[in-house]
Amino acid sequence: METLIGLLVAAPLLGAGVLLTGGRRFDRTGHLLGTLFALLSFVFGMVLFVNMLGKNADDRALHSHLFTWVPVEGFQAQVGFQLDQLSMTFVLLITGVGTLIHIYSIGYMEHDERRRRFFGYLNLFLAAMLLLVLADNYLLLYAGWEGVGLASYLLIGFWQHKPSAATAAKKAFLVNRVGDMGLSIGIMLMFTTFGSFAFSNVLPRAAQAAGTQHATITGIGFMLLLAACGKSAQVPLQSWLGDAMEGPTPVSALIHAATMVTAGVYLIVRSGAIFNAAPDAQTAVVTVGAVTLLFGAIVGCAKDDIKKALAGSTMSQIGYMIMAAGLGPIGYVFAIMHLVTHGFFKAGLFLGAGSVMHGMNDEVDMRRYGGLRKFMPITFVTFGLGYLAIIGFPGLSGFFSKDKIIEAAYAKGGTEGWILGSAALLGAAITAFYMTRVMLMTFFGEKRWVPDAEGHEPHPHESPKSMTVPMIILAFGSVFAGGLFSINSSFVKWLEPVTGHSEGNSPVSTGTVTAATMVCLVIGVGIAWLMYGRRSVPAVAPRGSLVTRAARRDLLQDDFNHVVLVRGGEHLTRSLVYLDHSLVDGVVNGSAASVGGLSGRLRRLQNGYVRSYAVSMLGGTAVVVAATLLMRAV
Amino acid sequence: MNPANYLYLAALLFTIGAAGVLIRRNAIVVFMCVELMLNACNLAFVTFSRLHGNLDGQVIAFFTMVVAAAEVVVGLAIIVSIYRTRHSASVDDANLMKL
Repeated sequence: METLIGLLVAAPLLGAGVLLTGGRRFDRTGHLLGTLFALLSFVFGMVLFVNMLGKNADDRALHSHLFTWVPVEGFQAQVGFQLDQLSMTFVLLITGVGTLIHIYSIGYMEHDERRRRFFGYLNLFLAAMLLLVLADNYLLLYAGWEGVGLASYLLIGFWQHKPSAATAAKKAFLVNRVGDMGLSIGIMLMFTTFGSFAFSNVLPRAAQAAGTQHATITGIGFMLLLAACGKSAQVPLQSWLGDAMEGPTPVSALIHAATMVTAGVYLIVRSGAIFNAAPDAQTAVVTVGAVTLLFGAIVGCAKDDIKKALAGSTMSQIGYMIMAAGLGPIGYVFAIMHLVTHGFFKAGLFLGAGSVMHGMNDEVDMRRYGGLRKFMPITFVTFGLGYLAIIGFPGLSGFFSKDKIIEAAYAKGGTEGWILGSAALLGAAITAFYMTRVMLMTFFGEKRWVPDAEGHEPHPHESPKSMTVPMIILAFGSVFAGGLFSINSSFVKWLEPVTGHSEGNSPVSTGTVTAATMVCLVIGVGIAWLMYGRRSVPAVAPRGSLVTRAARRDLLQDDFNHVVLVRGGEHLTRSLVYLDHSLVDGVVNGSAASVGGLSGRLRRLQNGYVRSYAVSMLGGTAVVVAATLLMRAV
Repeated sequence: MNPANYLYLAALLFTIGAAGVLIRRNAIVVFMCVELMLNACNLAFVTFSRLHGNLDGQVIAFFTMVVAAAEVVVGLAIIVSIYRTRHSASVDDANLMKL
């Protein structure tokens, strides 16, 4: 069984190797090969899952040590895998959704001449992401962390002939680097404090050392949070996610909705022992989560680009997960549960958006959609189920997972609990609003279609089977996953041995929370219907209020970055360049010039006249004689 | 006769020779002045030999003569060849080593 864990990672890695180095001979079969390797990985994952189910709850973790990466005295970097319930959940999500999106991409990328390369990158991403969740130490996790960053960069910039895509890829890479610095510093701190990278070593000792090395552990916690912020697009490192929508839509669905952006949540839940020992870091985590869940939701309300609206929504939903992860043992399980259900419905929503774009000549502006439900019935139904799941319609996935998070937030207790719970409730209302807005603008109302730049009238049509089947499967997940996880608290029991779990004492009863959530939902949907359902949608965006205009500009995040970081950086580099030119170059050039001037003067002595040499010889001799005589006399 | 007078003569000859080397431009004359300086030294050596009553100074004087004879051969050959190529015996004209 242990060998299978290695094969799980090796299959997509092999796929990436074959597709990226194999050249044109795989142009015809590349997409099938890529899908096959992803499917293979999923099958291995299922085998391991069934095997794991057959064991005792406390005895389910599998370890597989491959080799020693850096065998140096005092610095042992191991390559080893650890498959426990938490990793297993991710493996199934990554390979399952990954395989579906591979299948979807066969249809979506059919007319792209670089399709083979696309599948190679997708496989590379799967391999890196699996490495990330299967690593049994932080250093190997870091390798996977960088790997997914690379794959994300390559895929966002896949249509690199578009300058906007190339820029977006660079932006994502740069912002992610800030977070990666946090992770690497955190790992270094761990090594100097505990002398090891392994989860099995660091985590128990962090729990023990809570009293004695409080400051260090808090520092590690903050560094890990910075890393999570970068990868999961949380405030203040959120600015890259909206632009990342320049990538092909399957990429947005797989990487920027379902899997990679949730790596930050994984990191925090995996490092739970560290955060439990550092309450200050936990407070920072919940703050980041709560701020982002509102931030993303507000941005999502103002965007007319369907993918960017969904990106704002992703940010907001991950904010929920981060917040839950910051609540400690009362929230870890629910963070992961929301992560999985979100993986289903958000991937489904993105695939639906891709299907709509596919039928509408790649138009992304929702003001130019309208009335599509009759033309794309399957897309409409699957997208609609995803929509109901994300707003938390009773009985669907989002209802169970989001409710639990809101409840856990209240259970945090004290003023903090009330603030967090209310933020989460408000977020639920805004979620209902913007998702209803997306739904109404896209599928309802009158047609506002316009011909594309080349004058082709859009002829919306249902997408091919390779695209609709994954959407249907994901819609099933969106509907049933949450309920399945909640029956008999099965998900809590499944994850509890790894993450730990405690029931909080909520000051508000479960029934009240559910009722409050329902009220928020109805208010959100109602306002959206009044604004976009009852009235017709103007084809050109109205000027809007100050908040709307700010939200259209991503709540001025880019402007902030530009003014503070870019300008500040420019001023810093300019003054450094000035210093370099005036001081450093001044010293170097000055010394060179003075040596040159001095030697120019010395050169004059060499005038070529024998007489003058003779004079100097005579003078020298006279000096030597005089000195000798003087010494004698003394 | 007082041996110091020989030393005065030697000093006088050496000074004349040195002044000639420094002032004159004709290579032949400069060369002759160098010889004059050598011979002034020889005179001083011989005088000191006499003063101290041993032969060391005389031996060195003979050495100097031998070396000077060899030097004259080489030096005159150089001067002649310079004159042939440049049609001038002025030492100031031979300044190719200058930067």
